[in-house]
Amino acid sequence: MRFNKIIMLVITAFLLSAFTNVNTPTVIQGYDIGDIATDFSLRNIDGQMVTLADYENVKGFIIIFTCNTCPYAVQYEDRIIALNNKYVDQGFPVIAIMPNNPIIKTGDNPKAMKARATSKGFTFPYLFDEGQKIYPQYGATKTPQVYLLEKTNEGNIVRYIGAIDDNYKDVKLVNTKYVEEAIEALKNGNTIEESKTRTIGCSIKS
Amino acid sequence: MKLLLIFLILLGVSCKTDKHDEVALKLLTVEKTQSIDVPSLEILNYAGLEPYLSKEDSLTYVVNFWATWCAPCVKELPHFEKLNNQYKNQNVEVLLVSLDFPSQYDKKLKPFIEKHQLKSKILVLDDVDQNSWIPKVDSNWDGAIPVTLIYNKRKRQFYDRTFDYVELENELKQFIN
Repeated sequence: MRFNKIIMLVITAFLLSAFTNVNTPTVIQGYDIGDIATDFSLRNIDGQMVTLADYENVKGFIIIFTCNTCPYAVQYEDRIIALNNKYVDQGFPVIAIMPNNPIIKTGDNPKAMKARATSKGFTFPYLFDEGQKIYPQYGATKTPQVYLLEKTNEGNIVRYIGAIDDNYKDVKLVNTKYVEEAIEALKNGNTIEESKTRTIGCSIKS
Repeated sequence: MKLLLIFLILLGVSCKTDKHDEVALKLLTVEKTQSIDVPSLEILNYAGLEPYLSKEDSLTYVVNFWATWCAPCVKELPHFEKLNNQYKNQNVEVLLVSLDFPSQYDKKLKPFIEKHQLKSKILVLDDVDQNSWIPKVDSNWDGAIPVTLIYNKRKRQFYDRTFDYVELENELKQFIN
């Protein structure tokens, strides 16, 4: 009798948990403006590991979660290259991270990443978030998604999260270059006017 | 297809045989009919879409934001189609809002709609000012798709998740019962 009760309890608990799982949307807790971003050690397309702490004489980082297979990410490739070319010497290098699971998205496997970076002439590291450990800490949900970090004595502080600019379709019709404006504000010690922006993007495949 | 057509026409002209002309003509007809069959898309900016997200009639609306390039979206589309089919006579309307790029409307979106014989109402949202309209759909949405909005004049719920059919139906039932 007692045993039956225990079984009933276990079954009830199981059903409840199953029910809860079905109905609870996955909420990704990530960084907000002002949070300190984690460093990482991720493999670049050249096989070398890249760590933010290895960068000396930088003022910050333009971390961009991007990939080969998302049309939005592809649409922004040239603009990501241009960002790096403009800001690497000003102390804000681009670090691109590919967060997808390449078993689901084979077009994003390390070999394909290398091929894409070579053909586009990426001038920045293109890292593979192997095991998908880093993007959830940042709270990235899609590609492309930018986290602008400012390097301080306390760590790398998140200063901007969002889109590169306000027109994915046509670079000539862009009104606001969000990332550039944020960097310029940082450099001049001004407040970043738009520190969080939203765009449509491809969900990160896990 | 077009190249082949031109080639065949050229061939027809150069050979001047009735047979080739016939083939070319036939192909021309096929091409014409196909272009008539392609559905015309209802392309909207956010101001045009907004009324579809705030109707106050007797229906319950299931609005899914998707794109042909979005794999999880494509995977769950059949569930929305099934829902539309099962509930269309119970004051429910499914709206599929495509976020495909304009350059892909003819190349990918229209062929996709045809291939999968989509029956739900399809709207196409083309509005680059995403930073202003995304939070208007829901303040918690950061722009990743798929997402779904279910609403009627009494209740409104935004879902930043994917669905299987049972889950989707269960959510809908909370609106119509």
